[in-house]
Amino acid sequence: MSANKRPLSPHLQVYNPQITSVMSILHRMTGVVLALGSLGLLWVLASLSMGPEAFSATKSCLDGVSGRLAVFAFSLCLMYHLFNGVRHLFWDAGKGYDPATVTRTGLLVLALTVLSTTGLWVLATSNGGAL
Amino acid sequence: MKYRNPLANAHGLGPAKSGLRHWWTQRLTAVVLALLTPFVVYCLAKYGVSDYAQIKSLFAQPLFSGLSALYVLALFWHAQLGLQVVVEDYVHSPGLEIALQVAIKIVYSLASAVALFAIVRLALSA
Repeated sequence: MSANKRPLSPHLQVYNPQITSVMSILHRMTGVVLALGSLGLLWVLASLSMGPEAFSATKSCLDGVSGRLAVFAFSLCLMYHLFNGVRHLFWDAGKGYDPATVTRTGLLVLALTVLSTTGLWVLATSNGGAL
Repeated sequence: MKYRNPLANAHGLGPAKSGLRHWWTQRLTAVVLALLTPFVVYCLAKYGVSDYAQIKSLFAQPLFSGLSALYVLALFWHAQLGLQVVVEDYVHSPGLEIALQVAIKIVYSLASAVALFAIVRLALSA
């Protein structure tokens, strides 16, 4: 019997999604999105330093439907990763491990993500549009 | 500052050789980012549509430019550390993994350099 026919330990797909596992993988996924999106932030900063024409070209790129969607997705990922990251820092300090607390802080992170993203866009649009 | 117990030195480094440094740097940059991100997104939402001169005048303030520099450094460092772990965990072909790790390090080092240059240029010309 060859080694690769041996039974494997249960893998991800045998488990039902739980708030812990789903939020953990979301933390990674938003992290990857933010890491790539941070290069977009660099593009805004670099064009700002290159003068008014370069900056207004960047702005008009971000002003379209796809640009706005990208900025919105970035802000949503950022708020999630920020609040869940603070949750991770508490875990690193050894706090908040019992199952009831983990669920409660998970729901709190989701609520804060929605509220802060909404608040941010209300502030931005009341100023006449984001970016 | 030393964060490691001297026992770790006496025993030699851990099996990963540099595991704690990666872990610790990721947390340190996370704290910087967690403290500064509310300020950064507030500025983006508030001044994103302002005219060019107004945005540029923000960079004339040393504290604003300094915090921006700290932010981009922490951001790109944290991004590099995070992507490194993702590639370590999910990319199993050795050649591709090394190529990605090298590319990630180069891209985010370059990003840091470009961002710092842009901030200095804005600060000095504002």
